[in-house]
Amino acid sequence: MANEIAIGQAEPGCKKVDPILIADNVTRQFGGLTAVNVDHLEIPRGQITALIGPNGAGKTTLFNLLTGFDKPNTGSWTFQGKNLAGMPSYKVARLGMIRTFQLTKALSLLTVIENMRLGAQDNPGERFLVSLFKPLWRVQEAKITANAESLLERFKLDAKRDDYAASLSGGQRKLLEMARALMSQPKLVMLDEPMAGVNPALTQSLLEHIKDLKTNGTTVLFVEHDMHMVRHISDWVIVMAEGKVVAEGPPAEVMKNPAVIDAYLGAHHDTDLGTMQIKVVKEDKK
Amino acid sequence: MDWLNILNLAVSEMINPISASFILCALGLSVHFGYTGLLNFGQAAFAGVGAYAMVIGILTFHLPILLALLFALACSAVFALILGIPTLRLRADYLAIVTIASAEVFRYFMTTIGFSSVTGGASGLSQFGDEFWALNPFTFSGKVGFGPFEYSARDWFIRIVAWLLIAVSAVFIWLLMRSPWGRVLKSIREDEDAVRSLGKNVFAYKLQSLIIGGGLGSLGGMVLVMNFSTVAPQNWVTTFTFQIWTVLLLGGAATILGPIVGGMVLFLLLSLTQSIMSGLVHLGWLPFLSDPQVGQIRFLLIGLALMLLVIFRPQGIFGNKKELQFNG
Ligand SMILES: Nc1ncnc2c1ncn2[C@@H]1O[C@H](COP(=O)(O)OP(=O)(O)O)[C@@H](O)[C@H]1O
Ligand SMILES: [Mg+2]
Repeated sequence: MANEIAIGQAEPGCKKVDPILIADNVTRQFGGLTAVNVDHLEIPRGQITALIGPNGAGKTTLFNLLTGFDKPNTGSWTFQGKNLAGMPSYKVARLGMIRTFQLTKALSLLTVIENMRLGAQDNPGERFLVSLFKPLWRVQEAKITANAESLLERFKLDAKRDDYAASLSGGQRKLLEMARALMSQPKLVMLDEPMAGVNPALTQSLLEHIKDLKTNGTTVLFVEHDMHMVRHISDWVIVMAEGKVVAEGPPAEVMKNPAVIDAYLGAHHDTDLGTMQIKVVKEDKK
Repeated sequence: MDWLNILNLAVSEMINPISASFILCALGLSVHFGYTGLLNFGQAAFAGVGAYAMVIGILTFHLPILLALLFALACSAVFALILGIPTLRLRADYLAIVTIASAEVFRYFMTTIGFSSVTGGASGLSQFGDEFWALNPFTFSGKVGFGPFEYSARDWFIRIVAWLLIAVSAVFIWLLMRSPWGRVLKSIREDEDAVRSLGKNVFAYKLQSLIIGGGLGSLGGMVLVMNFSTVAPQNWVTTFTFQIWTVLLLGGAATILGPIVGGMVLFLLLSLTQSIMSGLVHLGWLPFLSDPQVGQIRFLLIGLALMLLVIFRPQGIFGNKKELQFNG
């Protein structure tokens, strides 16, 4: 299994057969604290990669850096061979690398369908002069709307189509944010805790959506705390602790890795991670 | 007190050119604040830049009126770029501070003697309206009209021009805001980072919004000075900006009808309170007030009304409570 994805031994920073994203020497300090310190990292194309690690490990900060939402102290990285360091976040998104946020960013005072339409790219009506003349964008807008509606249906949000996003539950907002990210058919989706707060009844279908993404050729990188889920859907797991990548490998192997157990549990070595639900204090805005 | 007279006067005030000018400025603010979430506390400066640029275009560059108008819009766009480029990448409060400051700088600059051959200095400029007034198709003498709306030919002309500008601006904003472009603007108001993460150049949209709303403000300034037949630095004081904000919040920030009705209602109220209170003063019912004090106190009352409005009906008269509250 490891050999299909990695070249040689599965170890922190190992090379991949077909990487889509390659990062080198990426560091970010907040005052005296080194939040991220990644020597080398490759994300395999077309696979589902889980990024795990205890709270404060630097997962969200790494997402922010890679997508241009934060500036690193050092480092460079490429996406599909294109150098992204220093590129503004909107250009990163246009290249097909779309992220979601740990603290959901549904646009509360827009309706669900408007949220979805916003996710589409290359909409001529989003240009100032064109926007004044509806005939110039009506057709494209209709296409976008149809696409949005089918995604909403898949995410079981179609009944909420015309409601304000503010009226959705926390879990539904997560779903909306993910569905919205898919509107532009990204090459790589980066999901920051997509399951947090999602109704357990929905998690199963969410898992299916993520697997569907892979079937359609989209690469997925996601942060998750639920080990069952990580084991269930990911092809590859990357473990971070204190800003560093401490382990990598296929899920079953990573969860037996002493370094990982250390990172999560400190001294309690005798617990099998795969069988336990890691309890994490989740930041909650509202 | 002659109630019919008071009412007639108040209703007639609703469509006066000053009210129209406030409405144009407030429509600009609704693009800035209501739709994009930009805090512009210097709309008076945009109005001032537009007014001065038009007048200087006519007097110094001898431009025909239409070209002078386009020149003024171009100057207001340049002004928006100067304010926007350094601030719109930063947090929202930076724009607020810079716009307040720029309005003051603009006013002092227009007062300085060094440029007074062009700007007129502290006393301002006048005698620039001949070409505009020559366009007036009405030739009747005396007052013509119906009910409270009886005006001279000159008064009709400026009112019609001003309200046509409002109508065109309203349709323009409506076209923009129903479009995907408007959707991006409203999304920026909600959460810039979400919009960035979806591949939109937020900075460019904010700059466009600043230019468009500022352009509407400069139209308001042009109407104001055409009506006064003079332009001077003291027209563009901070109070002017806050009266425009009053108009906006009265009607509802994220609406098009809101600023229009807000402006009409403000001038209706100002006229009513003025007439009624000075009536009461004359009857001796308000012995502690003199006539000039009435003029001041009604602004105090309006301020109080605005506070109550923001507290109890934050969405304004027309706003949809769900869609926009006054929460910055
Ligand atoms: N903007 C910030 N300013 C200061 N410290 C920060 C900031 N963002 C994150 N940190 C710190 O960086 C570390 C990594 O945080 P984060 O990336 O959110 O971790 P994770 O997502 O893995 O839980 C934490 O110690 C956090 O407190
Ligand atoms: Mg995090």
